[in-house]
Amino acid sequence: MLAAIGRLLLGMALVAACIPAALAAPTRVPVVAAAASVRFALADVADAFQRETGHGVRLSLGSSGNLARQIREGAPYDLFLSADPRYVEDLLRGGFTRDAGKAYLLGRLALIVPHGSPLAADGSLADLRAALADGRVRRFAIANPEHAPYGQRAEQALRHAGLWDAIRERLVLGENVGQAAQFALSGNAEGGLVGFALARAPALAARASAALVPSAWHAPLSHRAVLLNGADAIARAFFDYLSSPGARALFRRHGFDLPGD
Amino acid sequence: MDWTALWLSLRLGAFTVVLLLPVGIFVGRRLAYSDFAAKGLVEALVALPLVLPPTVLGFYLLTVFGATSPIGGMWEALAGKPLVFSFEGLLIASLIVNLPFAILPMQRGFEAIPREVREAAACCGMSPWRVLGRIELPLAWPGVLTASVLSFAHTLGEFGVVLMVGGNIPGETETISIAIYDRVQAFDNAAAAGMSALLLGISVVTITLTFVLSRRIGRRLG
Repeated sequence: MLAAIGRLLLGMALVAACIPAALAAPTRVPVVAAAASVRFALADVADAFQRETGHGVRLSLGSSGNLARQIREGAPYDLFLSADPRYVEDLLRGGFTRDAGKAYLLGRLALIVPHGSPLAADGSLADLRAALADGRVRRFAIANPEHAPYGQRAEQALRHAGLWDAIRERLVLGENVGQAAQFALSGNAEGGLVGFALARAPALAARASAALVPSAWHAPLSHRAVLLNGADAIARAFFDYLSSPGARALFRRHGFDLPGD
Repeated sequence: MDWTALWLSLRLGAFTVVLLLPVGIFVGRRLAYSDFAAKGLVEALVALPLVLPPTVLGFYLLTVFGATSPIGGMWEALAGKPLVFSFEGLLIASLIVNLPFAILPMQRGFEAIPREVREAAACCGMSPWRVLGRIELPLAWPGVLTASVLSFAHTLGEFGVVLMVGGNIPGETETISIAIYDRVQAFDNAAAAGMSALLLGISVVTITLTFVLSRRIGRRLG
């Protein structure tokens, strides 16, 4: 029995001994902290970057506000892709970034309605107004306005349309806009306000209809990319790549508008 | 299946078990055999992570080990990288959450050894280390194994703490539980289903083993 325990301990020690070797990656792959709203587009851009340069990047997705908080707490990110310039400015003031970065995308807000929902995909939100009045909408998904830019813009748009007070009680808040979209499509909500680029992703488009909400109803969704203090050469190359013709074409295909168009 | 995340979780689990084994044996044995003034307090502290919400632990870890804290600053100066949002930070969190899973089963295992057996061993002139190695561990092994299995499985499933102090970095802090959450947000239900099924399987095996072993603890010497 002692031998059995000895073997067990020895086995564990061997496993532990192998771990440092496995941990020490030969070259560090930069980490891109990105707003969840660019999830699918950015995955394509990262793939294209890898094909062209041979270098990969790792993506860590969340709400821009949460990612900015993690950067302040010391998260080892190289590049920050925020859906709101405000977070970049805050980080610059705090000395966490090299500069103010660059605006690289313009996002749009869209109403998504899962197939089978009693709500119509009407970007003017007229049917949402009617549905709130007659009780067709019990749950409505947006991202958390506290720290998710798309959630903040959704709140602005709903306020602009005069629906905020009526819809407040029925909101389900996603941690980020990706989770809000997932809530809206899970069948537990009649619809939601999310990023247009997410709504266009095949996995979502197959299960929901989407309609653009007028961009004048909310502050612009100006996505900003900024290099963080620890960024290495690959991260800088990826930062530059975001404005390359190839990347711009991919972003456009995913439903983003581009600065300078 | 996200192999990077699975491998990360397996590594985290292995490290947790290896590091907690000696702690569990030492503390579990002390709690089983000795009576000391603060024993009740120590037992309560050991069990605390069972009821402490993981997000609360995550919050304190961020506060105590964050980049702006003295400890976090010291670590960063020594290791060259921050403790939170790193594998090492996750490991520390994992060690704390798993204390009860490592210590309590071992304590039960040692308690099941009759006092006369240990006394007889000591009377025969065996050194304390020899008693531990030749008598106690062979008798308490179901407790030791239960502790290892529980800590390992619990590490694979830990979510709240990892979400708070991990930062979801592939290959560094994105464990399999976080990967499931991420895959659901990416509408990749097939991958989420695969990984969930794997964790379900591991949990079933764990709980079966735990029940079988705990019956053994009671039976062999009862």
